[in-house]
Amino acid sequence: MSTDRAQANGGGLLLDIRGLKIEGQSDDVWNEIVKGVDLQLERGKVMGLIGESGAGKSTIGLAAMGFARPGCRITGGQIFFDGIDLQTLSDEEQRQIRGRRVAYVAQSAAAAFNPAHRLIDQIIESPLTHGIMSKADATARAIHLFKKLGLPNPDTFGQRYPHQVSGGQLQRAMTVMALVPSPDLVVFDEPTTALDVTTQIDVLAAIKDAIRDEGAAALYITHDLAVVAQVSDEIMVLRHGKMIELGTADQIINRPEEDYTKRLVSIRQIRKNGEALPHAALLAVDNVTAAYGNLLTVLSNVSVQLPPGQTLAVVGESGSGKSTMARVITGLLPPKSGAIRFDGEALPAKLSDRTKEQLRVLQMIYQSPDVAVNPRHRVREIIGRPLEFYFGLSGREKEKRIAELLDQIEMGEQYIERYPGELSGGQKQRVCIARALAAEPRLIICDEPTSALDPLVADGILKLLLKLQAETKISYLFITHDIATVRAIADMVCVLYKGKVVRFGPKQEVLSPPFDDYTDLLLKSVPEMQIGWLEGVLKTRRMASAGN
Amino acid sequence: MTTEAPPLARNAVSPRKTRLGSALNEFGKAPVTAWFGIIVILAYLFVAVFAPWIAPFRESDTSGPPYAPWGGDYLLGTDQLGRDMLTRLIYGARNTIGIALVTTLLSFTVGGVLGILTAVRGGWIDQLASRFVDVLMAIPSLIFALMLLSVFGSTILNIIIIIAILDATRVFRLARAVAMNVAVMDYVEAARLRGEGLAWIMRREILPNVMPPLVAEFGLRFCFVFLTISALSFLGVGIQPPTADWGSMVRENSTLITYGNITPLLPAGAIALLTVGVNFVVDWFLHKTSGLRDEH
Amino acid sequence: MHPIVRTVFQRLALSFVTLFIVSIVIFSAVTMLPGDFAKSILGQAATPDTVKAFQKEIGLDKPPVTRYIEWIQRVAVGNFGESFASRVGYRRAVADIIGPRLKNTLFLAVLTALIAVPLALLLGVLAALYRNSWFDRTVNALTLTTISFPEFFVAYMLMLFFAVNWHILPSLSNVTPEMELGERLYRCALPSLTLTLVIVAHMMRMTRAAIINLMASPFIEMARLKGIPPMKVITKHALPNAWAPIVNVIAFNLAYLIVGVVIVEKVFVYPGVGQLMVDGVTSRDIPVVQACALIFAATYILLNLIADIISITTNPRILHPR
Repeated sequence: MSTDRAQANGGGLLLDIRGLKIEGQSDDVWNEIVKGVDLQLERGKVMGLIGESGAGKSTIGLAAMGFARPGCRITGGQIFFDGIDLQTLSDEEQRQIRGRRVAYVAQSAAAAFNPAHRLIDQIIESPLTHGIMSKADATARAIHLFKKLGLPNPDTFGQRYPHQVSGGQLQRAMTVMALVPSPDLVVFDEPTTALDVTTQIDVLAAIKDAIRDEGAAALYITHDLAVVAQVSDEIMVLRHGKMIELGTADQIINRPEEDYTKRLVSIRQIRKNGEALPHAALLAVDNVTAAYGNLLTVLSNVSVQLPPGQTLAVVGESGSGKSTMARVITGLLPPKSGAIRFDGEALPAKLSDRTKEQLRVLQMIYQSPDVAVNPRHRVREIIGRPLEFYFGLSGREKEKRIAELLDQIEMGEQYIERYPGELSGGQKQRVCIARALAAEPRLIICDEPTSALDPLVADGILKLLLKLQAETKISYLFITHDIATVRAIADMVCVLYKGKVVRFGPKQEVLSPPFDDYTDLLLKSVPEMQIGWLEGVLKTRRMASAGN
Repeated sequence: MTTEAPPLARNAVSPRKTRLGSALNEFGKAPVTAWFGIIVILAYLFVAVFAPWIAPFRESDTSGPPYAPWGGDYLLGTDQLGRDMLTRLIYGARNTIGIALVTTLLSFTVGGVLGILTAVRGGWIDQLASRFVDVLMAIPSLIFALMLLSVFGSTILNIIIIIAILDATRVFRLARAVAMNVAVMDYVEAARLRGEGLAWIMRREILPNVMPPLVAEFGLRFCFVFLTISALSFLGVGIQPPTADWGSMVRENSTLITYGNITPLLPAGAIALLTVGVNFVVDWFLHKTSGLRDEH
Repeated sequence: MHPIVRTVFQRLALSFVTLFIVSIVIFSAVTMLPGDFAKSILGQAATPDTVKAFQKEIGLDKPPVTRYIEWIQRVAVGNFGESFASRVGYRRAVADIIGPRLKNTLFLAVLTALIAVPLALLLGVLAALYRNSWFDRTVNALTLTTISFPEFFVAYMLMLFFAVNWHILPSLSNVTPEMELGERLYRCALPSLTLTLVIVAHMMRMTRAAIINLMASPFIEMARLKGIPPMKVITKHALPNAWAPIVNVIAFNLAYLIVGVVIVEKVFVYPGVGQLMVDGVTSRDIPVVQACALIFAATYILLNLIADIISITTNPRILHPR
């Protein structure tokens, strides 16, 4: 299909990047962050750029527009756009190309739209500035594109201000903004990353249709291989500023050659054979209703049970109340009604009323390891403090125990003197796990512990958690928005939607048909490592996404 | 989920493994202005500490003729009572800097502790303290100080307490704001879930993370306090004679300026030089620790 | 009610509450006076009888709440009582003493603001736009130095050069009500210049920081990537979002001006409220000090209120609610 498009547009090379080198400044030192990348993109084609944090993919995307962020500089190589070497152009000549022939779609639409102007004024600003359309034509085209991208009330949608529309709509509006001047190339920089999974699928489909119909070429930047597989003709895998592998989407997904690509393709394949044994519950949430203040009810009549030694996954989207559930269980937010029972005993509702022993048996791991450990404490103090606090350990005993714990989380003793700033994200999360383990708890609440991590690192953390459970028979309450993670780790599953339990039971039951509409939507929204998955899903789902 | 965010916060959590070594290293890379500031501050401290040994006369020795010219026994001349200017300048360093330093320390103890406490505790204590500070800050601090001094009288103790309390409002605002940012961090929640007490959380979890901005603020507040006290003394309602003090010295000798004699500019210049020095050092320190360089 | 109107009313009410509490604080100054105060005011005339009479006259025999209500009622119509200092000789109402001086101070403050505000904004915006250029670095070092100087140092330096050495401007600013505008401006030149230097340095640095902060917003990067010309990026995308920070900078510095006025008036013997207040403090003339403090505080609160209201009315999120 893409060949047809290419010919319709006259074919030929649109973007030709050769030996691109970019340096970034940190601490007054310039480091190379893009180390000689070649990239060729033909007219009308979509190339996916994929990689983990620090792969240099956004930097390359901006360089394709001849742009380097403040604190970055292009130090080598050439960027030919339609045969023009962008770096030889004056600022004014570059400006003539930007917005008109190359357009950009940013990750956070909420931040990238100017809060002071109506959407339509910002959307048609580019063609008006470049003098390629009249105001009436540009507006008509914007409304046409609003319709095409499925925005509500296309005729009046543009009259709103950015803060008046939802995140999913804003992201589509930004795609419209990029497409209005009919550019030859659109750079999408993680356009769906900030969205909920059920919203992502709609935005993704809208973007895909729009760029195909408009015949624009695109660079699609993301960290999610399954997403990029849905929209791209070709995929380039990047790591540490270098190209690892380049191929058609089909090749990369189905026949990857490089080891790193193979690992990326095989993520989310961990499967735990859930074994929901009938057993007295270790943790029971009984008919809990919770609210912030008097108005906003976040949880209503929630009841779940977690047997000892097992994992209960609580799955839902932002606003479903899943994190609030953790706050209620830990005592940070006393419920309006209902009770929490641990091992048969009722836990005091308020944190301050709980005994040290009640606190010890219930530990927590957080979403973002960067803010879950004190940057001014060494690993020794982070892991050592619970040992001191709960067991009164000190001196050699404490050191020995810290070493054991470091061993358990598969990190060596050499890390004991380190500060968090000297650890990677995955290592920090492991230290958090060690801190929780140090209390020798019976239950760990894991609040999205993998969602801030790169996919490969996240897989490592999941494997570690499974290993620890096998060794220590510990229970997990695992909060997540990601069905793949649920498959990987859960025995029991609870699906939360708008503060209510939609489905609760053993994993096999919950994830098997017949589904309720919401669970169906949630399951079908998770991108799969499969070409053509998007089209298949859109045909079969029953409920439109909630948050768009 | 961030991908290639610029290394913004790197400095804020910079490793301290070889603290001394890296500190020395930083000094080596400091710009000229910072070096200038450091040398000025050290010189002032030296003069302040060793004043009795350096000064040619005693602090209130009125043995000379009034308004003696520069040179001879009296290197910088004498003031209206025949006291040696150089001696007064040297003792002025001790008195003026000492009082400003004590005031700033007091203001930081009060404002810093309250700020961090209210940030961690929240609730009605926070509301009460914040509203109280709002009211105190609704009156320009020099005006407030003038009013309070007119009621309580201009003794050194009163000056220290009044200025410290007025200045503590600013410290409170900053400490509270910075501590608020830290208090919402998951590691603080983790400590609370562990069952740690308020004191431990404030001292071990919050304090180390709010130190860099507070240290920089200490420099700025010191300048402000120093200038305020000098201004009060200059207006005649601050430090009272016969204590040698730069602000008062400017006022006492100000008539000389109309004859083209620059003597009253000496104590004024001494004040200016020190605040310039401190500001240069703070500017460099902020640049180093905040990571908020202009480029970002 | 439109959210804007509601928010503005809230701020208005809040300012009134603040002013009310401030008036209580200022009023309490008299209550906190030490016991021997009457003696030191009356000086040699202090006998047990005169002291008692004096205390009765300033109302110390009545309960504080009654006194406050009486006081605030009088203040509301501009009657600040009688000056203590005039007690020994002929009596003068505080309002009569302050009236002409307030005009002088306002004249000086407005004159300075008219020069300083546009100048500081211009320099600040230029430094932000050409940041890290030689212009920016020079201005940064210069302003950092200027804000470190005590006001009286700047004042005497200017006096030394402009008045004493070069004889261009007068060293004393003894204006009188009959003086013509030209003469008045000439006399006010040095105090105004001093204040301008100090204020411009502060305001320019804050403007620069605010603009740099704004220019780092993702929507500014987006505008650049849309190929919008640099000048239009600033006028159309940065400026509409800059009002709130800039207005706050101006209000903050005009408040700073109030403090600067006190010292500058003293240096140049300018007959304004600031100098009056300092004299009042020296002679412990409490009614005068109270009146001056209340005027300064009210001005300060008013400036902040105006800044708040402008910030609110230019905020698109409040202007166009969901």
